[in-house]
Amino acid sequence: MTSTKHTLSVLVENKPGVLARISALFSRRGFNIDSLAVGPTEHPEISRMTVVVDVDLLPLEQVTKQLNKLVEVLKVVELDPLSSVTSQVVLVKVRAEASQRSGILETAQMFKAKIVDTTPEAMTLQVYGNSDKISAMLEILQPYGIKELVQSGVVAIGRGPRSITDRSRH
Amino acid sequence: MARPNEGHTVTDTRSSTPSPAAVARRAEAARSVPEQVTGASSLVRALEHVGAQVVFGIPGGAILPAYDPLMDSTTVRHILVRHEQGAGHAAEGYASATGKVGVCMATSGPGATNLVTAIADAHMDSVPMVAITGQVASGSIGTDAFQEADIRGITMPVTKHNYLVTDADDIPRVIAEAFHIASTGRPGPVLVDIAKDALQATTTFRWPPRYDLPGYHPVTRPHAKQIREAVKLMAASERPVIYAGGGVIRSGGHAELLRLAELTGIPVVTTLMARGAFPDAHDLHLGMPGMHGSVAAVTGLQRSDLLITIGARFDDRVTGQLASFAPGARVIHADIDPAEISKNRVADVPIVGDARAILAELISAVEAGEGPAAEVVPRRYAAWAATTKGWTQDFPVGYQPHSADALMPQEVIRRIGEIAGPEAVYAAGVGQHQMWAAQFIDYERPHSWLNSGGAGTMGYSVPAAMGAKVGEPDRAVWAIDGDGCFQMTNQELATCVINDIPIKVAIINNSSLGMVRQWQSLFYNERYSNTDLHTSVGNRIPDFVKLAEAYGCVGLRCEHPDDLEATIREAMSINDRPVVIDFVVERDAMVWPMVPAGVSNDAIQVARDTAPVWDREDSEAVEQPEDADQDGK
Repeated sequence: MTSTKHTLSVLVENKPGVLARISALFSRRGFNIDSLAVGPTEHPEISRMTVVVDVDLLPLEQVTKQLNKLVEVLKVVELDPLSSVTSQVVLVKVRAEASQRSGILETAQMFKAKIVDTTPEAMTLQVYGNSDKISAMLEILQPYGIKELVQSGVVAIGRGPRSITDRSRH
Repeated sequence: MARPNEGHTVTDTRSSTPSPAAVARRAEAARSVPEQVTGASSLVRALEHVGAQVVFGIPGGAILPAYDPLMDSTTVRHILVRHEQGAGHAAEGYASATGKVGVCMATSGPGATNLVTAIADAHMDSVPMVAITGQVASGSIGTDAFQEADIRGITMPVTKHNYLVTDADDIPRVIAEAFHIASTGRPGPVLVDIAKDALQATTTFRWPPRYDLPGYHPVTRPHAKQIREAVKLMAASERPVIYAGGGVIRSGGHAELLRLAELTGIPVVTTLMARGAFPDAHDLHLGMPGMHGSVAAVTGLQRSDLLITIGARFDDRVTGQLASFAPGARVIHADIDPAEISKNRVADVPIVGDARAILAELISAVEAGEGPAAEVVPRRYAAWAATTKGWTQDFPVGYQPHSADALMPQEVIRRIGEIAGPEAVYAAGVGQHQMWAAQFIDYERPHSWLNSGGAGTMGYSVPAAMGAKVGEPDRAVWAIDGDGCFQMTNQELATCVINDIPIKVAIINNSSLGMVRQWQSLFYNERYSNTDLHTSVGNRIPDFVKLAEAYGCVGLRCEHPDDLEATIREAMSINDRPVVIDFVVERDAMVWPMVPAGVSNDAIQVARDTAPVWDREDSEAVEQPEDADQDGK
């Protein structure tokens, strides 16, 4: 099965209202956003959004063109999954009675997750990685009882020395 | 105190690609000595410097500071409208008739929201417009203060760009950017919302300001390779059609369109938005395509093997059922907005750029005559052009008179067009009268036909005609309106009378919401649910003649074919005030040809249940009742 998920890096001016403009563009045209992460870049005047959308190629082209039309959008790049690195952080709070702790710790070790909070009844794990890794870990933690879960959006960056922010500044 | 460089204003907002030297000269001429002013003065100065000559608007609490210095401006004329929607459509009419940026102004909250329809309309039809709204003081934003509305948020989907200004220092830059964005690339509306305290604050006015638009780079020059590819497709085609859209008019490319068509002998269709982009009288013109297009235009597109699409967007009203639109045609799609290309119909050759520049490049390539271009000559398409011309002759747009006594709406509109002539400007509302105005008036030049094409806004025509007359005072300006549309914005007649804007309004009065009634006739078994307006049949509510007179206009009525000529001529002779004519017309008249919604353009009907039959030699096709055509399908 070929995935219809596409990761777009969108460089925008760091100004109020830009996020609303972009998310409204997606919702108005009926495109489903899988994940959206926004933050400043190495240039304070530029923010970078990583948008994961679930669309076929033709609507994707339309999304990209519509994004490019926005005055505050500086650059839109689709990241090739083979030549880019993606990451996401998840905080997951699991039920952790004394008898279950060693199993959870083992799982944490396996996935290079960090224990960031512990109480007699629960532990909170923090894990970084791509969505495959995260879903694998969650599957293993499921039987212990997941009490609460929060995921960040996916961030992604191309491999190698090239920088899209450099290329967007003229 | 005399202002430095007064009178040197940036007026050339039409040209999308001024040379760097011209920009530098203009900037130098317009450079001002920094001075301390209020934000409101800064706004008015900025409007003067960008060359805004007219602002349509209504004051109110939040925008009030701006109205004070506006009163003293010698170059910016403010016209007080009666409803903000009128201001917006007037700005559109001004822009569409002149090619300049139209400007409207309103206060916060309801003033601003009343502009939204016109802003959305301008967005759909790519009209260069700047809307300026007052906003509550920045400290009150977000508190549900009196007359607060998040107009920036509201208009985000219907503007090319918009701004909220809370710092007086930003005003000149934002105004300069707004005019630049509105008029370059694909034109469109830009909203500038300014907080009241920013208007009141003291600031330094400097001109020209420095643009801060790192993400805005419209591509205007077409790519040479794409031009070559386009010429190759042209050379390989036998039955090409130039599908010209509103972009040809917005870019000022009508002369180039004419040249390309004559150079190649390729037939041309002009969409609803492009009426006037190519002379109606020209031999190569097939008319308007689409739902109510001519048989020649609709069939020309359907049977073509190449669409040379310039500044058009494959709107559903043109294509009908998309999957069966022009099934055998390859597509060259030239548009300044890359997002339009392959949005609805995939293009074989996409060309991004200004329509006029693209046409000029195509002309050069064909004229050079090298390689495939040598094949792009009239004799190549002569048989095809003769076939399409045959259709034009066999299936002219026409109508059946109801009875000798009935005033037919088509005839009213046709005679207005003949008497007022091609130098007049015609602004239509939306509905049957709009389609008839597109079909029965001959448009021989650009900027002569104004209408709400994309949004289909009833109430467009009176204020749009008003705006057009302000911009083109020496032309006769006709609002071709319906009795339904007219009742949405007729209060702007007061504005016209008071401000000496003598437009002519033809109310095509069929006492109903005519186009909806037509659909009820055709698709709802003649059940006329809520379309009877009681404006002429049975009673006259309102009496349009009395209403016109109450506003200080001349009111005329015409109910019989015998009076038609004299009434129109009388209206043409009155130039000291607006004229409103109540043309009481046959209410069962319908717009034909018609492609019913959702079916293929092949199913075009020239009259009710009557489709053209094509099984003989194409040029000899004749009308036959539709059932005669069923066997062949």
